Amino acid sequence: MTLAQLKRGKRAKIKDVSSIHIPLKLLEMGCLPGNAVELVQVAPFADPMYVNINDTHLAIRKETANHVIIEFIDE
Amino acid sequence: MSKQINVALIGNPNTGKTSVFNALTGLNQKVGNYPGITVEKKEGICKLPQGVKAHIIDLPGTYSLNASSLDENVVIELLLNKNDKDFPDVAVVVSDVENLKRNLLLYTQIKDLEIPTILVINMSDRMSRKGISIDIPYLEEQLNTKIALVSTRKNKGIQDLKTLIANYRSLSTQPCLDISIIDSDYFNNLKKTFPNQLTYKLWLVITQDVNFGDIDRNTIEDVSHFKTKPVAALKRLQQKETIKRYQFINNVLKNGQTIDVKAAKDLRTKFDRVLTHKFWGYLIFFVILLTIFQAIYDWAEVPMDFIDGTFVALSEWVKNSLPEGAFTSLIAEGIIPGLGGIVIFIPQIAFLFLFISILEESGYMSRVVFLMDRIMRRFGLSGKSIVPLISGTACAIPAIMATRNIESWKERLITILVTPFTTCSARLPVYLIIISLVIPKGRIFGLSYQALTLMLLYLIGFGAAVGSAYLLNKILKIKSKTFFVIEMPNYKLPLPKNVGITVLEKTKAFVFGAGKIILAISIVLWFLASYGPGKEFNNAETIVKEQYASQQLSEDELQQKIAAHQLEHSFIGITGRAIEPAIRPLGYDWKIGIAIVSSFAAREVFVGTLATIYSVGSDEEETIKNRMAGEINPVLGGPLFNFASGVSLMLFYAFAMQCMSTLAIVKRETNSWKWPILQLVIMSGFAYLIALAAFQILK
Repeated sequence: MTLAQLKRGKRAKIKDVSSIHIPLKLLEMGCLPGNAVELVQVAPFADPMYVNINDTHLAIRKETANHVIIEFIDE
Repeated sequence: MSKQINVALIGNPNTGKTSVFNALTGLNQKVGNYPGITVEKKEGICKLPQGVKAHIIDLPGTYSLNASSLDENVVIELLLNKNDKDFPDVAVVVSDVENLKRNLLLYTQIKDLEIPTILVINMSDRMSRKGISIDIPYLEEQLNTKIALVSTRKNKGIQDLKTLIANYRSLSTQPCLDISIIDSDYFNNLKKTFPNQLTYKLWLVITQDVNFGDIDRNTIEDVSHFKTKPVAALKRLQQKETIKRYQFINNVLKNGQTIDVKAAKDLRTKFDRVLTHKFWGYLIFFVILLTIFQAIYDWAEVPMDFIDGTFVALSEWVKNSLPEGAFTSLIAEGIIPGLGGIVIFIPQIAFLFLFISILEESGYMSRVVFLMDRIMRRFGLSGKSIVPLISGTACAIPAIMATRNIESWKERLITILVTPFTTCSARLPVYLIIISLVIPKGRIFGLSYQALTLMLLYLIGFGAAVGSAYLLNKILKIKSKTFFVIEMPNYKLPLPKNVGITVLEKTKAFVFGAGKIILAISIVLWFLASYGPGKEFNNAETIVKEQYASQQLSEDELQQKIAAHQLEHSFIGITGRAIEPAIRPLGYDWKIGIAIVSSFAAREVFVGTLATIYSVGSDEEETIKNRMAGEINPVLGGPLFNFASGVSLMLFYAFAMQCMSTLAIVKRETNSWKWPILQLVIMSGFAYLIALAAFQILK
């Protein structure tokens, strides 16, 4: 499952990121395996996505979110 | 003996770094450029305890030392070059208390360069509201430095910071992370090959295109017994490095910071629910824009009338109190009206900068980027293009520089090419004076027709930008990675001091930048308008008297006819009439033609030029507006500035590329003459055709 499929208001954990598709800048902002991620808001057509990764609030496009593999965490 | 300490302020965007800079330097700062590039360089002087002075540089905001834009490159180039005269004795890393985890990443990188580094934890006033508590002594011990807990909003902690800077020599230069743990073979080999260099520094040089003084990437790769790695492997190492850094940071914060989630009051969620909403978000954005334009119009009216009147009085006073002669008339008829033509727009330009700076400072601008990205992408732009397009309403030059954070080259190039269509503040003088001449005064739903016309002109500019972006997106065959990431900072009440300084700096830069050009042009114009070749000019008095001998003219009327005749046969009149055939179909006379030609230096010259030309041509002291209202169309009769010619003129200014500084900046940012020349030809050609069509249809 990827970040692009996350529902609004739901939290998950990043399992893996494809370092070829995800630029260093995003990694440095906290988009790394093991960190928590939450979908805060989506723009029309669910793109871009407003997410909270590792307590940093970011907007990224869906195509980028497709390369972030996530898994659900039990709450 | 007092020695000046070099201090570099470094920090992520949105951490209040500039507020700290303003708090340290006050108005004791200047804004320039780094040599050879257009990145803004802010520096200032700060007095420290014990009579020491600090020279402070506010470096561009960056998330990391791995630069991804020209602005960020400035940071790393300075920090790697010990021979730079600005090389810091001490680095001050500004962090935001709410984003400590991410902010510390940059801190660890700078610490690893073995530069004494002070950590500022800013916005400490928000701690209790967010339920954050920090164990400062513990953090100081773990991070191996001194920490200043600062709140620029409450003006707390600045003195402590000054003391820390003054005592920077006692700071440790131990690195946070031993870089060789991410690949010991590789880094030990590197260390052996270059025993005199810092390994982390070499690593930074290898992974990006930065040259620093004595060593660069090529020399590293040239050394035959050192093999560097392919790009993909380097990227994996960088990812590993980042993970290691976060492990270190997480360990430090686990014991050094506690966040009581229950105590945290989250305004962000409440605001975002509305401001980034699929419907309300867009509506609110539109209402904000509408309010801004109405305010620019309404609030500025009183000070503008006052300035206009003052300059007329000043010109009259000069005429009456200085001895008559060429010099007096140069001042009274050339320089004063020319400068008046620019000073009058200070109120409006200041208001515009005020609003833009509030939008940026409050964090709202990022929400607009988020809302607009999908829509803008359809036109080949990025959501981030909205920032240049909005700040382009102040000036295209900083706007084009603001495109640097757009990650995709194609989206960035298109943004650069279309930004000059947005209605910049230099167009404002032209629009305002023509609107006041040709658009009636009434109101509809509390909004004046004049303000609505102005709003419409802004929309036309925006529409032209977006429309041409759409075409460019279809035409340009550029393959580039599309990628987009933007931080959504917390909402903040803008600090009056920050907003004030921005408005002051930007307005000053605009007025002095434009003022110089206008001063020079109005002097040249005055000469050209006051002198002429041949007997038509020199014998104007006799010629006019003979011509009107049969008519009973009053002395005043006669004098006016003489002045007009002289102006027509002056150097400027001759030039103007030479170009008149080209602009007559647009509804303009030769005086407007001269104003258009001279505004190729900068648009705002238009009003000043007309002011100078009219003022040479008449004896009476009147406001620019009244003079323009009195002009008669030589061919059609009736007022020269009527609805048709006014609309035509405004449309011409809406589309034409008339700003040499913008062309120069486009050349720099695209690194080619091709794009600015295309802009000039296509925009101006299109402007001519549209203006022609408008006048022919409306007349």
